[in-house]
Amino acid sequence: MTMLREDQPQVGAGVETLSMAAALNRALADELAADDRVVVFGEDIGALGGVFRITDGLTARFGEKRCFDTPIAEAGIVGSAVGMAMNGLRPVVEMQFDAFAYPAFEQVVSHVAKMGNRTRGAVRLPIVIRIPYAGGIGGVEHHCDSSEAYYVHTPGLTVVAPSNPQDAYSLLREAIRFPDPVIFLEPKKLYWAKGSVDVSSTATIGSAQVVREGTDATLIAYGTSVPIALEAADAAAAEGRSLQVVDLRTLSPFDDATVDAAVRSTGRAVVIAEAPGFASMASEVAARISERCFSWLEAPVRRVTGFDIPYAPPKLEHFYLPDVDRVLDAVDSLYWED
Amino acid sequence: MPDRTLLPRNVPVQLIDAAGTEHPDEVYPTASPAVLTEGYRSLVISRRVNDQCYSLVRQGRLAVYPSSQGQEACQVAAVSVLDDGDWLFPTYRDSVAVMLRGVAPADAMTLLKGDWHCGYNPHEFRVAPQSTPLATQLLHAVGFAHAAVLKGEPTVVVALCGEGATSEGDFHEAMNFAAVFHLPVVFFVQNNRFAISVPLSRQSAAESLAHKAVGYGMPGEQVDGNDLAALLAVLGSAVDRARAGGGPSLVEAHTYRMQAHTNADDDTRYRDSAEVQEWVARDPLVRLRSYLRGKDALDDTTEAAFAAEADEVAATLRTALNADIAPDAAELFRHVYATSTPQLEEQWASLQGELERSAEGTTP
Repeated sequence: MTMLREDQPQVGAGVETLSMAAALNRALADELAADDRVVVFGEDIGALGGVFRITDGLTARFGEKRCFDTPIAEAGIVGSAVGMAMNGLRPVVEMQFDAFAYPAFEQVVSHVAKMGNRTRGAVRLPIVIRIPYAGGIGGVEHHCDSSEAYYVHTPGLTVVAPSNPQDAYSLLREAIRFPDPVIFLEPKKLYWAKGSVDVSSTATIGSAQVVREGTDATLIAYGTSVPIALEAADAAAAEGRSLQVVDLRTLSPFDDATVDAAVRSTGRAVVIAEAPGFASMASEVAARISERCFSWLEAPVRRVTGFDIPYAPPKLEHFYLPDVDRVLDAVDSLYWED
Repeated sequence: MPDRTLLPRNVPVQLIDAAGTEHPDEVYPTASPAVLTEGYRSLVISRRVNDQCYSLVRQGRLAVYPSSQGQEACQVAAVSVLDDGDWLFPTYRDSVAVMLRGVAPADAMTLLKGDWHCGYNPHEFRVAPQSTPLATQLLHAVGFAHAAVLKGEPTVVVALCGEGATSEGDFHEAMNFAAVFHLPVVFFVQNNRFAISVPLSRQSAAESLAHKAVGYGMPGEQVDGNDLAALLAVLGSAVDRARAGGGPSLVEAHTYRMQAHTNADDDTRYRDSAEVQEWVARDPLVRLRSYLRGKDALDDTTEAAFAAEADEVAATLRTALNADIAPDAAELFRHVYATSTPQLEEQWASLQGELERSAEGTTP
């Protein structure tokens, strides 16, 4: 598959091939080393290194004061992160799975998101809440939710979802340095996918990226749906249709400029996301494009999303997940003149 | 054998009873008359603030006021035991404690006036924003104390909540985190008997709320919440213990909410006035005044000076809240993020357009 990336790392000094899990681990280690105020904590993240091993080796390297296990209590983890950030630290906390982050929801919505506004900027909360999200790993109930809509709907939160090891590394480092709280959604089914990572490469929170050029239609994706979009673009190319792919990378605040420019260049758009489609991130993207790019559109904006059902059990999840065929079907329905 | 020393006493600690008579205690010393006279001064000001705010609601100058009338001894004690660098994590009912910590009365009332959410800089006064959700601030207090320990700073944190908040999950998680990480936090529960209309008996079946502490592995103590001397001794001891590295503790103060929950509440629907009258007789000001008068520590001149000072605070509050200063709509967008977003800029521009058209008298 072709990846057109301005910051595509070239093999050379500082460039390594890493899985997304290893890239995230490297980002945590590099920030722990760079800034004494950074602390990492959560459930099973110490000796075990996290259930996905994202924090592997960090306690051994940086000590119990910098990376430690807590009681199993998500509101406790996020609520104490609020207090720590008020007292000058930069907490990075791990929620073990998407659906296990819900007990922390009140702390996230009522305090993490609002403290800066509540105090007229006197108390900013530089907290990163890492959440492994979405399915495709054969996980049982409560382990595969795409919960991004809850967070993007909340003013004050910055929500990021990388789709490849380079962005995972660069965006996590940027998130830890960010002055405001960041919900960092990690597509768990892509944890083991490898890619080259240039540790000197930086990313900007708030910027989407055109990851494949194309002229006929624009596919807009993030997190788990980016590889699907790229695969669909490959398949379409074989049939003579040129699809552009945009990786949102940051879900909120939204990069209207990049998305508008991309859609206006092709005149057709399909938004792809794994979450249920009703009142979702995909809905918001489609609405924004319809409002902002109406004069350029040759067809209604289509969404390819999960069904409006609770996440499917492991043996049924292949029915649920958006795939290349559904994307291509949506593309076929975009009022082509030929 | 379980550690019985963590258990609270069966009867709340009391040093000065409702009649103003002292009952010396072998563990908790009664503060000197000079200290208690200073405390009485704060009680007088606190009561005056509560009365004034009650009037300001009736005059439409405050949107709402959850009064701490009857709980003034708790408000004064919670602040008196703090060092300058310590932090207080208050609730919406603790506006008086916020003022006693140095926040200007008008700034402390910003939330309840409705001009903004938190009207003071928490770092300037070492007072967290008043929490409206229940018990959530206890976890912030715990995290704050955890950071202090990690940084090697001697900060002690006093976290306030009511008896209703002890039913919340965050209360449990905060107590547990504080105990597991051995943090310098004093959890101070003002048990004022009612969570809006629901009585204590519907919140907890425990022998006392202070008994909950033992389950977390921290000491609990219960104290007469209308006895300033007892509160200073018990909270002071808990703060000393926390500062010395002894970890967290839980203090339950038995007090009473003399007013309805807020002006919007009708307490005649759920409690007898006879019960309220019983608590009038246990008023924290009356007993301390009686005690200090008996010790010849409080004369007419001093009392008059305290009353005059309280009137001055009330006048400041009135003047500030009677001033009609229109809040700035730009603030709605300014603080959401450290760096604004194009979307918020666009929305602010749109609101500005509306405001300009409306100022010109044209309809959009």
